[in-house]
Amino acid sequence: MARGQGAALDRKKLMADPIMVTTIVVLITFLTLFILYPLAILLVDSFVGDGGFGFGIFKRIFAMPNFTRAIGNTLKIGFVVGILSALVGLLFAYVEVYVRMNKFVGGLFKVVSMLPVVSPPFVLSLSMIMLFGKAGLVTRFLLGIYDNSVYGYWGIVVVQTLTFFPVCYMMLKGLLKNIDPSLEEAARDMGASRWRVFMDVTLPLLLPGIGNAFLVTFIESIADFANPMIIGGSYDTLATTIYLQITGAYDKAGAAAMAVVLLCITLLMFAVQKYFLEAKTAATLTGKASRARMLIEDKSVKIPLTVFCALGAAFVILMYICVPIGACFPTWGYKFFPLTGKWFGLVFSRYHGFKAFKDSFLLSLIAAPVTALLSMIISYLVVKRKFKAKGFIEAVSMLAMAVPGTVLGVGYIRGFSGGIFHTGFLQGLYGTGLILIIVFVVRSLPTGTRSGISALRQIDKSIEESAYDMGADSFRVFMTVTLPLIKDSFLSGLVTAFVRSITAISAIILLVTPQFLLITVQINEFAEKGSFSLACAFATILIIITYGAVLLMNLFMKYFGTSRKIKED
Amino acid sequence: MEKVKKGVRLEHISKIYQDPKTGKDFYAVKDTSLTIEPGSFVTLLGPSGCGKTTTLRMIAGFESPDEGEIYLGDEPINELTPNKRDTAMVFQSYALLPHYNVFDNVAYGLKLRKVPKDEIRERVMKILDLVELSGMEGRMTNQLSGGQQQRVALARALVIEPSVLLFDEPLSNLDAKLRVTMRTEIRRIQQEVGITAIYVTHDQSEAMALSDNIIIMNKGVVAQMGTPQEIYYHPVNEFVADFIGEANFLRGKLQRLEQGNAVLNVEGSELSVPARENMKPGEEYTLVLRPEAAHLADQGGLPCKVVLSCFMGSYQNYHVMVGNTLVKLEEHNPKNKRIYQVGESCRLVFEPESVHIL
Repeated sequence: MARGQGAALDRKKLMADPIMVTTIVVLITFLTLFILYPLAILLVDSFVGDGGFGFGIFKRIFAMPNFTRAIGNTLKIGFVVGILSALVGLLFAYVEVYVRMNKFVGGLFKVVSMLPVVSPPFVLSLSMIMLFGKAGLVTRFLLGIYDNSVYGYWGIVVVQTLTFFPVCYMMLKGLLKNIDPSLEEAARDMGASRWRVFMDVTLPLLLPGIGNAFLVTFIESIADFANPMIIGGSYDTLATTIYLQITGAYDKAGAAAMAVVLLCITLLMFAVQKYFLEAKTAATLTGKASRARMLIEDKSVKIPLTVFCALGAAFVILMYICVPIGACFPTWGYKFFPLTGKWFGLVFSRYHGFKAFKDSFLLSLIAAPVTALLSMIISYLVVKRKFKAKGFIEAVSMLAMAVPGTVLGVGYIRGFSGGIFHTGFLQGLYGTGLILIIVFVVRSLPTGTRSGISALRQIDKSIEESAYDMGADSFRVFMTVTLPLIKDSFLSGLVTAFVRSITAISAIILLVTPQFLLITVQINEFAEKGSFSLACAFATILIIITYGAVLLMNLFMKYFGTSRKIKED
Repeated sequence: MEKVKKGVRLEHISKIYQDPKTGKDFYAVKDTSLTIEPGSFVTLLGPSGCGKTTTLRMIAGFESPDEGEIYLGDEPINELTPNKRDTAMVFQSYALLPHYNVFDNVAYGLKLRKVPKDEIRERVMKILDLVELSGMEGRMTNQLSGGQQQRVALARALVIEPSVLLFDEPLSNLDAKLRVTMRTEIRRIQQEVGITAIYVTHDQSEAMALSDNIIIMNKGVVAQMGTPQEIYYHPVNEFVADFIGEANFLRGKLQRLEQGNAVLNVEGSELSVPARENMKPGEEYTLVLRPEAAHLADQGGLPCKVVLSCFMGSYQNYHVMVGNTLVKLEEHNPKNKRIYQVGESCRLVFEPESVHIL
């Protein structure tokens, strides 16, 4: 059997569509140049040292005790944070889906799930230090403990757990909602207690999902740069070690090899998560809930669970609130009254606050629409079209999800500072705002693509086919049918990309040049120096910007989002 | 429409797919040649997986044939993309653009063809009138019932005046009663417009009601092509006979031929039916007997025993054993007839002419 003619015809039909072909070529070039190539150059650089090809550089870095210690530290933290986040997330999700809550607690839950999205990644580290550190509000002034150290292992674990558990909570909530209540009712009917139902029915069904949540958090944790940087103290993780190797020891080859090690770990985890657990989760929980679940009203279950979660949520919210308040204290740790606006004043008068916000804001503002459009195009191509390079495009844009920012940053330094393959070609790119924008785009692309793909999968394929059949070419189909139908996903992708860009730090901190002042980098610097009030002031303004962006999006969607009207069908 | 009507010709068309489980290639459609006359209504009928939808999608251009060439009129269209083909499809899921209202949905194809605004308005209104949706043009599509949505889909396909109209199981999402109404509508509109139509379905009564010609497909190949009558009364094999309507199969050895009649031994009894060509004494033949063509009586015909007798309203449903063969039959208008009970022995009677020899 020869499928040659069909394939040849498909190719011819594709070529008859120049816009489509150009788009694909541009996409492939972009993905290759800015995702694959920087990773490839890391591999090349770590194998090809001064002495030619070999394992020399790897031997050298594995002989460094602080590097091997960092690997151990990173894995240990990832593991513990993964488990804690999954468990806390499960508890919150269970309470939300199964227990009748009052409106206030429900509101707390919503805020908790929202906060990590709109805040910069290291806010919790700041407030942790300010509340529980040596001069902490709680430790010193409430409890009178003068030598409490939050720096190090436990600091990172607590902060990362608090940062990442809302992600697990959202994931598991979605899965729990998909469990058909009649399964559990059947078990109850046969005489199982609520606890037995949970252990025998709910938990086994959810197990792959919990594994999934664990791994996602694990990857996030080992890729996290900002928290270990601020609260890690002398407890180094891979991300911070790589950063110090490049900025402190100027050992670029060593840093490249370390980045390869970190990349291998995250890729492995990502592969397990993607191909093993994700498929399993989908397989066990395909059913739609046939009708509403009977919520638990039993007071002996309801009260302790709700109170516990409400307190937890309140604590998390308090941690976040601590940041704007901290920015208003005259001197953190010594003088709390009267509240003052002087730090905000200083941000703008002495510390180039205006330029920092302008730079961050502008770069993110350019990156956001590019990311959103790009991810919608990729989703459209991946879900709706068939062509040879489709697998490549999907794989590479998903691969970016598994690449820690620090790794990408080192890759860009190695890949672009001397031009492509150190030849000087495209050397002008390095150090410009453009490369920062590209990093923003690459870092947010996977999230956007993922949401685009899931939005498009819900749309019947024949709707686009019908437009195509009526005489529209691919470009027209995309503009008049696809994009309007996934408007909501596009808008939220836009805002997510903006928020992620303006709060990004891990890759950016390696690439930013003095001509650009970025807020996150400023916050990091002031936190490092111990000027927490200034860091808080910067962070507060940043949170206001991001929260404003999210509010704007919700407003926009309410009035202009057509997709909702369609979904109500 | 002053347009020249065009037919469709498939020449040795094959489509190969990969089985997602085993990874092996298989023919979804194999070496299929068809000629569809201009202005005729042709149905592709077959069980799921027979290749009918794949054939239709190859004509529309969504799939590319691995072998052979497709012609629209006299023009080969293999290399044309769906948007360049002069065909319009009505989809199973209607596939209306959910963010447009009825008018904009129907006008979409005309706008793409840059038809002037006034003309668009005129043509859309005329078509909406034809599908009896006048006054609905401002509605969003999700405010319409399933039947109305399908009319919009039909209007949208008709308004661009394609050479060929393609239907991909358009009625299978509707309830039974509406299906019957809509199929008469589709036939009426097709006749009024005089367009060539190719219709895919797995519902044989739909195929019967609609078509000038029915093409029965099985496992990627055409099993039979003909008018509904030809296919019903003269099926070429057991698959076709069984797929179209209900069929009983009686097997018998040919004893002798006499005066144009074939005398066969069926379950121990002699049966004389009109012979077909090329029959040889001594060979086994299969006889097709439709349930409505036979009835039960006290004498004549073949001896049988009743194993099921069930009142169905308009008819009495019987299952009888003729020797070792189960025969199902329908005795229509049973009110004043003698009803045979389970266990009774009687005779299975039918006209020799109503039997078809495979």
